[in-house]
Amino acid sequence: MRVRIRFTKVGKVRFLGHRDLARIWERTLRRAELSVAYSEGFSPRPKLSFGLALSTGYESDGEYLDVELASTAEPPQLAALPGRLSALLPEGIDATAACEVSRSEPSLQQAVTSCSWLIDVVDVTVAEATDAVDRALAATELMLTRERKGKQVTDDLRPYLLDLSVTGPTPTGARLLAELGTQPRTLRPSELLAALDPPLDEGLVRRTHQWTTDDGARRELIPLDATSAQHDGERAS
Amino acid sequence: MSTLWTQLEPLLSKVQKPARYIGCEDGSLHPQPRAGQVGWLMTYPDTYEIGLPNQGLQILYEILNERDDAWAERSYAPWVDLEDELRRAGLPLFSVDTHRPAAEFDIIAFNLSAELVYTNVLNCVDLAGVPVRAADRRPEHPLIAIGGHCTYNPEPISDFVDLVVLGDGEEVVGEITDIVREWKASGRTEGSREQVLRALSQVPGVYVPSLYEAEFDGDRLVGIFPRYSDVPEVVEKRTITDLADWPYPKNQLVPLTEVVHDRLNVEVFRGCTRGCRFCQAGMITRPVRERPAEQVRNMVSNGLRRTGYDEVALTSLSTADFSGIERVVADTVNDPANCGQVSVSLPSLRVDAFTVGIAAEIQKARRTGLTFAPEAGTWRMRQVINKLIRNEDLYGAVESAYSQGWRRMKLYFLTGLPTETDEDTLGIAELANHCVELGRAHHKNPSVTVSVGGFVPKPFTPFQWFGQNTVPELYRKVGLLRDATRKSRGVQLKWHDPKATLIEGIMSRGDRRLGPVIEEVWRKGGTFQEWSEFFDHGLWVETMAAHGLSVEWYVYRHRTEDEALPWDHLSAGLHRDFLWQDWRDALDQVGLEDCRWTPCYDCGACTGYGVEHVVASAVPPAGGSQGTGQDLSAGDSVPVTIGGVRSSIGASTSTAGVGTS
Repeated sequence: MRVRIRFTKVGKVRFLGHRDLARIWERTLRRAELSVAYSEGFSPRPKLSFGLALSTGYESDGEYLDVELASTAEPPQLAALPGRLSALLPEGIDATAACEVSRSEPSLQQAVTSCSWLIDVVDVTVAEATDAVDRALAATELMLTRERKGKQVTDDLRPYLLDLSVTGPTPTGARLLAELGTQPRTLRPSELLAALDPPLDEGLVRRTHQWTTDDGARRELIPLDATSAQHDGERAS
Repeated sequence: MSTLWTQLEPLLSKVQKPARYIGCEDGSLHPQPRAGQVGWLMTYPDTYEIGLPNQGLQILYEILNERDDAWAERSYAPWVDLEDELRRAGLPLFSVDTHRPAAEFDIIAFNLSAELVYTNVLNCVDLAGVPVRAADRRPEHPLIAIGGHCTYNPEPISDFVDLVVLGDGEEVVGEITDIVREWKASGRTEGSREQVLRALSQVPGVYVPSLYEAEFDGDRLVGIFPRYSDVPEVVEKRTITDLADWPYPKNQLVPLTEVVHDRLNVEVFRGCTRGCRFCQAGMITRPVRERPAEQVRNMVSNGLRRTGYDEVALTSLSTADFSGIERVVADTVNDPANCGQVSVSLPSLRVDAFTVGIAAEIQKARRTGLTFAPEAGTWRMRQVINKLIRNEDLYGAVESAYSQGWRRMKLYFLTGLPTETDEDTLGIAELANHCVELGRAHHKNPSVTVSVGGFVPKPFTPFQWFGQNTVPELYRKVGLLRDATRKSRGVQLKWHDPKATLIEGIMSRGDRRLGPVIEEVWRKGGTFQEWSEFFDHGLWVETMAAHGLSVEWYVYRHRTEDEALPWDHLSAGLHRDFLWQDWRDALDQVGLEDCRWTPCYDCGACTGYGVEHVVASAVPPAGGSQGTGQDLSAGDSVPVTIGGVRSSIGASTSTAGVGTS
């Protein structure tokens, strides 16, 4: 059985790296006494797969994890699962939904077509930010040169910029709302800001959604009718 | 409550590995101190990754937080990038639990387990906003305390600390809290700092360096004497009599980011009486105190369930010696709750086939590597150091490991040991080469990694009188080994930097005159000296010279029986004449049996404190008291020399003195 879990990563835990998060989940699933399937071979590992990695320092309301349960395992109560897991997770990491997904469905990496982001930009007025956003949306191409695998690569980011707007001021600048494409590769908020004219300085960044596409319509990776249990269990720490 | 989090948060986006500064570990606490409670900041003067697993700090953190009159948080040395950011922003050292400024605590307590961290202690104190020299501190400043193995010779850093705790900390932290609580209640008025230190000096196990005068006659230390008649002449270490009374840590911290020893750790006994003569830990932590097997089992199963770890280490100085080790291991591995996914690790394996049998029991799945520590290359040398393993014992263990599926062996050795000849050094290569040969019968590409460390004589060991090998001599020996292993496929040689060994040697047996050297090295930026990218041998050597101190005198010189040693006013219970006799026995290649199962040698560790071994099994492990059934009679009549001049041992040696750099 394959179980998909949505979770948050907000507050101090935003400074955890991707590998840290994987290890926290391994321990949490063991504590929750879920029988996770293990890989074969010399050094068996639990079968967990995460979606698109979130940069260290970014927050998120919509992180995803697929867990392969052992074939012998009793199917868990999906409605109660988010609460049960949240009680064992560190502060700032909360499981917010869980559902079963068929093994034939594409992996998280393949399924996600875009992400929504709240991006704080600092030392800039709303008007200045709006100008930069309007210029980007009006442009036919947004070229950015980046270093990748030791080589200078220049790409057009415009096809990945699906939506961008200014939602309003913050105490230190302005807040942007963006939808950025992830196929065939991911556009990161920091890359978008660097490609704006003029480039904007990044403050706090939060991923709010990861979207997939069904028959041309975007939807959340966990359908809305799946469990979305609130929890108020005891905190792990 | 004051927290620096909002000021720290923007800095963390700019530094490497910010997760090590956020706290949030499972098991961490968020104390809300009340007026009058004594605040302890338990600090490890190296990175979070190295410091977090430290069991001593975790035990005391829990014990203090259980008290009504105390609270405790933790801190670690910020890496150089964050230190820069903190200093630029004018922010101090902080706790990771609630991100409170270090100076808001009443006591900043450091665990010292290695000499090269001393400059980091100064850096942490300075970052806390506290004067680095104890003499410059005022009543409003926290007390700076140290504990851990390096405190058995705290003289080199005595200028910078207010109090030193010797031995087990479980009980004494409460006694210190009582006195500091009174001090707080009295308002910490002008002049009261001296009074509280005077009161603390009355607590057994507490050494207050400022209340002692180091007297010199020229270069020669005459002794370290109390300045006042009520201050004890000798400070004795503390020993808890029964580990069963202290089932700590109850809630081992589970870090959110990767650290060393990232697993459940359960201490199965404290102390060791195998009597390896180079080993300070084995000497200063006597006697052996085993935890009851039932308690070990409970701590393992509760700990695994609570933490979610899939690995547990049964820790001690020689875990294969734990009575009933097989049962505990089997119970853990076969516990159905662990679903066959939990592995057990035994640090410090004994070198024998019995041990490999246990290893086979616990590593059913992942048989990657096994580590053994024969420590020396020949039987003669191992008799000198009392690590009584014959070549056949090692070969038996290695053969047994290869035949049961292991492919990689790691072997630890020391070089620069007393009486070591080139034959002894080359014996290391011979052992390693032979181990690879044994492996060939079982695998195509067996591998043996040989790690060689330069020997640093430590206080309160029989080798405390021995003159350490010089840097060129250690390089020469490493060179011999490189030549002897170069052509053998399968042997990888690794060695500890002899220059670092030298600086460790300065601190290990140094005295108070090193204070200004440590301070100057720190002021010139010499922090994180444990890290090869920052270790600065030249800075230490130049600073020693600038202060008129001779490296030769401190490190390379053999000490005589009548010489006053800088730690003579401290005691780990061991009688000086026992250590001296053991030193003579070493030179005569006479082995000494483990006293757990044989008559007492009266080393002093039990008798002096009215404590005794707590061992569940009255019989020694298979193979005799040393586990290997070796012959303990004196070795051949090989003439033993130290650095070519045996006659100098015990007699006065003339050396270049202090001041002739």
